[in-house]
Formats: sequence, C-alpha cells, structure tokens
Amino acid sequence: MSVSDSDVRRIAKLARLRLSDEEVARFGGQLGKILDAMAELGGLDTKNVPPTESVLGTANAPREDEPRPFAGRERLLENAPDRDGPYFKVRKVIE
Amino acid sequence: MSTDLTELSAVRLAAMVRAGEASAEAVARAHFARLERLEPTVKAFLLVTKDLALAQARAVDEKRRKGGTLGALAGVPVAIKDNLQVEGVETTCASKILKGHVAAYDATAVARLKAADAVLVGKTNLDEFAMGSSTENSAFQKTTNPWDPARVPGGSSGGSAAAVAARMVPLALGSDTGGSIRQPAAFCGVVGLKPTYGRVSRYGLVAFASSLDQVGPFSRTVADAALALSVIGGRDPMDATSARREPPPAALPVPKDLKGLRVGLPREYFIAGIDPEVEAATRAAVEVLRGLGATVKDVSLPHTKYAVSTYYILAPSEASANLARFDGVRYGASDRSAKTLEESYELTRGGGFGPEVKRRIMLGTYALSSGYYDAYYAKAQRVRTLMAGDFKEAFSEVDLIACPTTPTPPFRFGEKTEDPVAMYLSDVFTIPSNLAGNASLSIPCGRTAGGLPLGLQLISDVFCEAKLLSAASAFEAARPFPVFKE
Repeated sequence: MSVSDSDVRRIAKLARLRLSDEEVARFGGQLGKILDAMAELGGLDTKNVPPTESVLGTANAPREDEPRPFAGRERLLENAPDRDGPYFKVRKVIE
Repeated sequence: MSTDLTELSAVRLAAMVRAGEASAEAVARAHFARLERLEPTVKAFLLVTKDLALAQARAVDEKRRKGGTLGALAGVPVAIKDNLQVEGVETTCASKILKGHVAAYDATAVARLKAADAVLVGKTNLDEFAMGSSTENSAFQKTTNPWDPARVPGGSSGGSAAAVAARMVPLALGSDTGGSIRQPAAFCGVVGLKPTYGRVSRYGLVAFASSLDQVGPFSRTVADAALALSVIGGRDPMDATSARREPPPAALPVPKDLKGLRVGLPREYFIAGIDPEVEAATRAAVEVLRGLGATVKDVSLPHTKYAVSTYYILAPSEASANLARFDGVRYGASDRSAKTLEESYELTRGGGFGPEVKRRIMLGTYALSSGYYDAYYAKAQRVRTLMAGDFKEAFSEVDLIACPTTPTPPFRFGEKTEDPVAMYLSDVFTIPSNLAGNASLSIPCGRTAGGLPLGLQLISDVFCEAKLLSAASAFEAARPFPVFKE
C-alpha cells in the first residue's frame, strides 16, 4: 500500500513538520512499505494479552515534591534562540 | 621497551594511575596522540575536548600527589556518545536541530564517571537522535569501521564503538534502544553491554524511546565492561525508572569453567537468510561454551519474527512524543522567517531534522493517531507482552541465551540507506532484549574470511548481569580476540 499525499500532509501537520512535495511523495511510499511489513501483527491473537505498561512491572514511585535550586539556570537560558532576561521569547500567540 | 598505554585495559590503566606507575596526564596524552593520528580516517568524534580532558587528568594526578584516594576509573580516558549530557559541552545528537546546544548539567552516568576520576575525551558520532544502524544518519559526518574504512561501524553508537576498537580510548558510553550498543560492538570487534532496563539512570540521556532506552559501556575486555557498569549503575532519584538495586561488583572473578551453566540456542534465530559466516562463527562460539562445561540445548522464542514490527511501532511512537520538545524555543536551531508560532515549529522541525528522524516521527504520529491507535500502538504493546513471556519461559529452562548479534557482517556505506525496511532488519536479533528489558551483551567471536569482526550475543534474564559478564569473561579467556593494530 501507499499512504496518500493527503494523509502524509495530515500526519505532518500533527507532527509539526513542514515537508517538501518531494518528501511527501517519498514518505508516502516508504511509510506504506513499512506499514505493510507491520501488518503481520494483525494475524496474532492478542485478545487476552494485557499490554506491557512497564517491562519491570514497577509501580509508580511517588516522592515528596521539594523544590531545589538548579545551578545551570543561566546556561539553560543561554541556549535559547531568543530570550528576554530570564524568559524564553516566542512569537505572539494571542491577538 | 615502554608499554603502549593505548593497548591496556581500563582496569590496568586505573591500577597503574592509582599506583603511580603512570600519570593520568601521560595516559591521556598517549590516547590523544593515537586519536589525532587515526581520527582523520575513522571520524569517531563530533567533538574532542582535549583541554578539558588534560585538566581533568592533571586534577587526578594532583589528587594523588596530595594523598587523596583515587576512584575506580582513575585517569581512564572515556568517550561519550553525543546524546549524553556533559556539562558545559555541546550535545547535538548528531542533529542540525541541536547544533550549538550546550549542556547545562551532567547526565547521571557521566557524573558517576567523573566522580570515579575518569577523564572525558570527547563526544562521539551517532545516527541522528540514535535512530539508525550504521551511523550514516549523522547530520555531520560518516564514521568508518576501523577494520575496513569502506564499511560502516554499525549504529547508532558507531562513534563510541569505533573509538574503542581503534584504541583511541579503552572505554566509551553508548545508548541502546534496539541494539545501538551491541550491533556496533559486533561490527567493530569490541564488547558492548546493554544492561537491564532500569540498571543505569537515563537522566541526561536525550530520550528516544523511554521504555526501551538504556545506557551502557563499550570496552575491549569483559572486565572493563563490569568495571564501567559498577560505576554507572544503580538507583538515581533523578530517574524514577532506575531500579533500587546495587549493580554487580567491579571485579568479577573469571570462572575456570562453565560447569552447571545452561545455555539456550533459540531456534528462531538461526533463520534462513542469516549470513553463513555469521552462523558458523556463532556455532563455533557455542562449542567453546560447551567445551568449558556448559550444557547447551535448543529453546524457543516463538514471537521473534514479530520483534522488528513491534519495535518499529513502539519506538517511533515514543520518539514522536519525545522529540516534540525540539521546537526552536528553548534551544538549538530556530527558523526566523516564520510569522506565527505554529509556523515556526513546522519550519524549525522540517529544516532541522534529517530524513530518518522525520520518517520515524511520521510513523509514530501515524501509529498514535486517532483511528490507528488500536491497530498499531495498542496491538504492539500486547505483542510486547508475548515477547517478554517468551523470554520468561526460556529462562525457566536456561541461564543464558546465545545467538548472533547481527544477521550479517559489517556492511558497506550506502548498502541499506535506500531501503528503510532492510536497514531495520539488521536489528532483528538485538531488538527482543529491549522489548523484554533483559540484559545482553555482544562479545567478539571471530572474523570473516575477509577479516571483518563478528559478534556473539549473550542474553540473560533481567538483573542477571553478574552471570552474563562472568560467562562472557570465561568465553573471552578461552577465545581471545585480536587487538586492532592499525
């Protein structure tokens, strides 16, 4: 099978990826081929099989939520493409 | 004649530095001399932090001079895969989207190496975001296999494997999500250990597929792998999935024989299509185990044939969520031409990620999207339970499973890049351990007629690394592998 151009574009939109027309065509074919290979799972009966939630079967591990100072704050901010003092700057989202 | 320090193991180097037989600085300089000579061909490193390393080495020497107690890895040069954070040093994941990103903190595994007085020499190349099996998906360079520069080193931790094989370092860290430590270890003729899921903290490892990712060491000896695991393993409050268990001790005795050890050969792994030289080397390795006194029997892992499909639904699904954080706001590349926030996400990500990363984000987004979730993601999580059950059943009969690490010897550049499914199949023997969470390692077990390394994979049940490493060390003693000379 091949994933249609419109499906590829819909998925790319969900994934926040801008794709070129050439990429849309290429991914459509490749995703189709990969999904074909994966269709083999459909033949397995898993009605009574629980999904794996954790390979170790570990339960939640709650702890006290205690704030601690982080020494690398300035270094984190230095990585920002655009900042305003201690804030990350983004484009306007509210009119 | 003076010893070539680059031929020595981490265990030996640390002992020499502690005893004052060699300075940490001399050890570091010997390795840098070799690195600088071979790196133009091997291209294992994205960044060499020589000044930092020499400063660390001198600090180790100073600590000794002042009578301080040196750590388990005193003066041992270690290379770090560039998806692990080293404070103050760039972490790129071999992706354009993270070019220029400087880590604000150490990964726990890295912090523990530092605390053990290791010397960090630099960041190694990988497939972008650890997605790949040849390191060809790096946005920056192609690492070559030291044994044959026309061939890939494997992946995704190809830089770490090649650096250890070429004796630029005795030890390196990698990460393994579907075989990314074991497969390049096999291709480069070194030891690669994927610990049990939860054995090593993932804090500071850039997440690819969080339920599968595990940090582990590359080395040229089994004893070095055990030493490294004893340093980096153990509970970490910064990773809620790290296990509350002590790692095995640093020094495991090498057993004289393997009497009483039960080794299983999974029928489903000796499949049609496996390379004849790989199969012959694996069977010869199993005879070595038998010769050491192990009993060998066939076992069945009936869901093996579904492993690749299961993995390539689950790993991309988790990746599509994990990689959502690369949006051009807090770090890395950011497209300046966008008018709106949404457009800035799309352009930054569309331009910053390479083809394989985009392909997997698309695949994962598809598998998780409304209408497809049950058929793909939920289904794969159920099949994962069946695969873990296969191993439980097998480990009720045997202590270890032995099989090839990879279905083929190291392949040539470009051989599989056009066909994603063919590339994915090179992980068929390594993926099951990630899905089930088992510990497993690859150890060199021979070479092809053309001289290319081949790996034997040994798999143990969860948290049985001591058994795994001790059997591997007996195998190593019985079947030593030649050191790479030039």
